[in-house]
Amino acid sequence: MFYRETGQFKTSYTADQQIFPIRQDRIGVAIILAVALLVVPFVANEFVLSAIVIPFLVLALATIGLNILTGYAGQLSLGTGGFMGVGAYACYKLVTIFPDVNVIIHILLSGFFAAAVGVVFGLPSLRIKGLYLAVTTLAAQFFLEWCFIRIPWLYNYNPSAAIEVPGKTLFGVLITGPAASGVARYFVVLAIVIGMTLLMKNLIRGRIGRQWMMIRDMDIAAELMGVRPLIAKLSAFAVSSYICGVAGAMFVFFYLGASEPAVFSITLSFQILFMAIIGGLGSLVGSFFGAAFIWILPILLRVWLPAMGFDIGAEAIFQMAQIIIGALIIFFLIVEPHGLARLWAIGKEKLRVWPFPYA
Amino acid sequence: MDVLYTIFIDPFVQMAEAPDFLLQVVWEGFVAGILYALIALGFVLIYKASGVFNFAQGIMVVFAGLSLVGLHEMGVPALLALIMAIGVMAILAICIEKFVMRPLVGQPDIILLMATIGMTYFLIGLGEFIFGGEPKQMITEELGLPTGSTAFEMDNGGLVILQHIDIAAAVIALIMVGGLAVFFNRTRIGRALRAVADDHTAALSVGISLNQIWAIVWFAAGIVALATGIMWGARSDVSFALEIVALKALPVLILGGFTSIPGAVIGGLIIGIGEKIGEIYWGGLVGGGIESWLAYMIALIFLLFRPQGLFGEKIIERI
Amino acid sequence: MNSPAAHFSLHGRDDGLNPGDVLLDVRNVSLAFGGVKAITDISFDIRKGEIRAIIGPNGAGKTSMLNVINGFYHPQQGTISFRGEARRRMQPHAAAASGIARTFQNVALFKGMSTLDNIMSGRTLKMHRNFFWQLLHVGPARDEEIANRRKVEEIIDFLEIQHIRKTPVGKLPYGLQKRVELGRALAMEPDLLLLDEPMAGMNLEEKEDMSRFILDVNDQFGTTIALIEHDMGVVMDISDRVVVLDYGRKIGDGTPDEVKNNRDVIDAYLGVPH
Repeated sequence: MFYRETGQFKTSYTADQQIFPIRQDRIGVAIILAVALLVVPFVANEFVLSAIVIPFLVLALATIGLNILTGYAGQLSLGTGGFMGVGAYACYKLVTIFPDVNVIIHILLSGFFAAAVGVVFGLPSLRIKGLYLAVTTLAAQFFLEWCFIRIPWLYNYNPSAAIEVPGKTLFGVLITGPAASGVARYFVVLAIVIGMTLLMKNLIRGRIGRQWMMIRDMDIAAELMGVRPLIAKLSAFAVSSYICGVAGAMFVFFYLGASEPAVFSITLSFQILFMAIIGGLGSLVGSFFGAAFIWILPILLRVWLPAMGFDIGAEAIFQMAQIIIGALIIFFLIVEPHGLARLWAIGKEKLRVWPFPYA
Repeated sequence: MDVLYTIFIDPFVQMAEAPDFLLQVVWEGFVAGILYALIALGFVLIYKASGVFNFAQGIMVVFAGLSLVGLHEMGVPALLALIMAIGVMAILAICIEKFVMRPLVGQPDIILLMATIGMTYFLIGLGEFIFGGEPKQMITEELGLPTGSTAFEMDNGGLVILQHIDIAAAVIALIMVGGLAVFFNRTRIGRALRAVADDHTAALSVGISLNQIWAIVWFAAGIVALATGIMWGARSDVSFALEIVALKALPVLILGGFTSIPGAVIGGLIIGIGEKIGEIYWGGLVGGGIESWLAYMIALIFLLFRPQGLFGEKIIERI
Repeated sequence: MNSPAAHFSLHGRDDGLNPGDVLLDVRNVSLAFGGVKAITDISFDIRKGEIRAIIGPNGAGKTSMLNVINGFYHPQQGTISFRGEARRRMQPHAAAASGIARTFQNVALFKGMSTLDNIMSGRTLKMHRNFFWQLLHVGPARDEEIANRRKVEEIIDFLEIQHIRKTPVGKLPYGLQKRVELGRALAMEPDLLLLDEPMAGMNLEEKEDMSRFILDVNDQFGTTIALIEHDMGVVMDISDRVVVLDYGRKIGDGTPDEVKNNRDVIDAYLGVPH
């Protein structure tokens, strides 16, 4: 069929090590990018952009952050929501203290605060492994949530205990706050998500990413190959938390517009974890699949179920959607425990050897 | 110096000055600890028998409680509702075994863990769909559980008040722990359970029926969940918020070890009493509400010194 | 010699030692886990350029000995000097940095990675570009990646595993996994290569292949090798000197012929009661 590598010979290691070594993949990615840049903003209405596409992209970025830690470095984390919250509150404070600096810079800087917090809570990972580590990150989650409620300085002593995003501009266009248009926010979010994804891909395919995977797959052997567990694990915590922090800041600044501490609760942590698991641990493209599955599917179900005649009220539809998601999670685990990314890879493999069943 | 005084001296002075209040706090912590222990017990059961960390234990507690109360609301007499709730847990156990565990035999632990997370989602949706999302009152009196309280007078004239339902909870928890310990260590099924936990394939090869064992153990966990649901519901109410509380079982298990039934009880008590005392005597210094994370911090600090838990063996790594 | 390996070198650092000088010296080492004595007062040396075998019945303390040498276990007594530097406590990554590489009894490959990535992981210590270059993956970072890839491809050619370059190692048959693991250790360009039962569970052809690779590594790169092996035929054929352990004690040391005629060794292997 059309998805063939035949005749695509690599004559240099550079060519062999590019992100998409197969020409058809490059064409596919180019088409997706073209659609994202040229079609989506003009076809999608304000609701689709604001309620579906923008949060999907931001959550996909957060999932990539978690995937760095859990999927690539093998350290289970239930504190993603908390780390995202650190990013959001840090960004809010930065905007308050330095109102003249561009908001994009604030968003990128806010990740460093999350990274610092992530490293502190990552320290126990040197002695603690597996489920035991989940307690560390749960401690982080609940402690940070508590901080967001109990430290009024973080939300500028607002009586509502919430943070409200001021309107900020980029090149004269309003990109944050309630008055910003969906298209403007969409382009900013898209640019950050694509940029970050690319940087993470670079990390993962180089020495640092390999060290994370070595620690994940067999920490003892990794150490005997010269990996320092301290540096490998803490760098994974730092990078992961940075990405989560940036995603958290974007979540508030480009999607919610205002947020209270409950946004960054354990529920969000679990939601991101589901995205990483369903998409496939240790896969960047899987992070997008997982975010789409967990974020977009319930919205679609809420639209489709009434359309199919199941008109049982908004609340019941919401609960139905949850039941279906739960059942699908189990179904996918039974069919393909390694997530949607693996299904995708298997599909591509089948196409490559088609019409033969095996290569 | 003032800071050091308020942190390190003052709380103890308070304790010494009002021993009746301290006793009351310890008792409150003790009861909370018993309930943590009950939740942890459900985790331990499943973990011992299948090596799965069952994330759905919390929602099973909610689900069991909701079934009981919900059935009663529909006009079923209390005791019949109790029996039917047990039936619901049995059906749930069989369904979990048939549709979740059986197709996932031999998969890595992390996959099974994720499956229980999927179950959590499913059960939350189902529970809200059937019974509605709002909190419900537990039918304590209808079940014949004691209500009311007894006050003990202390030497200094203070009062320590014990709720009867709390005493009942402690007694029921003890009976369950004893029963389960006997079940695990003295019966044929108990031995089979431990064999399954060690190695699915090896257990199958010596003729143990995995399906049967898993159905039994999930049912047992369901019974524990029902008991937890009743006790917890009697103290506050039956609501989905309990699902978050159930996460406290994790620090409890870390203190007590994932496979130890007495460990779950002792861990539960340490966490329960520790966080109550911490909240009452130290929480005020930082604005209160530290109960939400203190348990995890206690477990975390503990882990740094004993990574293998209270009763775990020191792990010698081999290559 | 027409092997592609002839065109490149994986020599360790130039440490001023000549073949035959003592590279690693184990002096009076004892190791216990709680009350269980794994190793009792063992001394032996490994000379530069030789193939040194460590043999003994199951539970004799062979693997524990290797674990002590590369810093994974810390002995209660005794010293280990590598290239003349004595040490008691050493972290495994420091041992790796000083030039000791290792394969494992139960294959310890990184299961989630391809053959290529597994062998690339052996180059960890040879790559130095910092985080920000890695992030951008341009210029020096990419050049470094490519240069190391070239080395790794040479090892892949040497071990004749070109066809499984991009296969996830979990999918490979056991014999090939062992070979990839050897490749990963070679990628570290070690001065001392520790092989823990490199031929366990292999059939005759695979053993012959592996023996050939071990001899070639020793011969062409001058790498010093210490290996644990149960197949006496292989051990007596390829090793220069043999040390025999039993119940954590050394009961024999010498050339294969000397060891073969050692009374204690024969007793240990034939099961004469102690």
